[in-house]
Amino acid sequence: MARLIGGIGTSHIPSLGPVIDRKLTTTPEWKPFFASYDPVRAWLAERAPDLAIVVYNDHGCDFFIDKMPTFAVGAAPSYPAGDQGWDVRPVPVAAGDLAFSQHAIECLIEEEFDVTICQELRLDHGFHVPMSLLFGDTWPVRVLPIAVNVIQHPVPTPTRCYKLGAALRRAIDSYPTDERVVIVGTGGMSHQLHGERAGFMSQAFDEGFLDAIEADPLALCRITRRAYMERAGAEAIELIMWLVMRGALDTRVTRVHRAYQLGVSLTGSGLIALENAAAS
Amino acid sequence: MPERYDGIPGTYVFDLPTARRGWELNRLGISLTKPENRAAYLADEDAYLDRFALTPEQRAAVKARDWLAMVRLGANIYYVFKLTGLRGKPAPMAELGAAQVGLEPAEFTRRNLERGRVGWPG
Repeated sequence: MARLIGGIGTSHIPSLGPVIDRKLTTTPEWKPFFASYDPVRAWLAERAPDLAIVVYNDHGCDFFIDKMPTFAVGAAPSYPAGDQGWDVRPVPVAAGDLAFSQHAIECLIEEEFDVTICQELRLDHGFHVPMSLLFGDTWPVRVLPIAVNVIQHPVPTPTRCYKLGAALRRAIDSYPTDERVVIVGTGGMSHQLHGERAGFMSQAFDEGFLDAIEADPLALCRITRRAYMERAGAEAIELIMWLVMRGALDTRVTRVHRAYQLGVSLTGSGLIALENAAAS
Repeated sequence: MPERYDGIPGTYVFDLPTARRGWELNRLGISLTKPENRAAYLADEDAYLDRFALTPEQRAAVKARDWLAMVRLGANIYYVFKLTGLRGKPAPMAELGAAQVGLEPAEFTRRNLERGRVGWPG
């Protein structure tokens, strides 16, 4: 059976893309930030996952409000970069895994998660920046992209996201191969990009979220969507995607690494890597 | 009953009534994910904007790159942000934030960091 090796929560800040592409990651300004990913990259290299489930959101690239799926799951052999409205970053075409995608979708719908099935899907920075941060220039994993609507309200409840993660875990556990899977929840942390409250960040909220995503994720399910927006900024609602990741893990987890930096672009930028407590 | 999102100060939650109000503005934004549309916009802004049924207020806000006005008129910031990328490189999001708040970008950044650490007033 396939096995979940762990989960990662990470911000997906778009302005990091050009920093990576222009090879500025070791400059004095950026080195501390990018070095904070080194322990997670080393852990990934050692655990060597074959598949990555990446939970991300589209920022007006392949989805629009004309028809906005709440949960959309990739079912394609590969996933090219889409046009977000400017030059496309020089990122790889992400390799998919048809058999795993089809199995995951069948399992999810059997469990009454009526996801949108994407036979074609073009990806944006919400997917690409985490992949670059975690894997570098070439990606040694096949991916299952899952897009969550966090743009147009009502977005799914935090609890629903957590339950989606749990359903994904059952899909992994029932997949009849010995492949190793990692799940990545992206977005956040605190930020607000619009209105007179633009620039809102909260280190206190973010640190509390990082504590709870490890030790008490159900507490994060009890925070209302409005409260996420009020306490962490309107665009921080993206953090519900971390709950999909956490829902796939066991209740008891071991922390591999955690990092936080306030004020990367307009966000509180967070990183956490967790593995099931029993994992060897 | 469904959750309500109103009442957060300085915040325009992009809910269904807002999305409907801003439909043409956001349709303009998403149209710019096609290179030929970016070229057409750059070639003749007025002619390009004529393709969309913008209200006079929405059209004026677009032409002035008045981000706060666009947001108040129903724009989602991610869609209208594409107006900054017409020539290939998007603006730093901090520029849009600073403009909406009415601060210089450096002061905006400094203020955000300070408030992010100690908490926002009120």
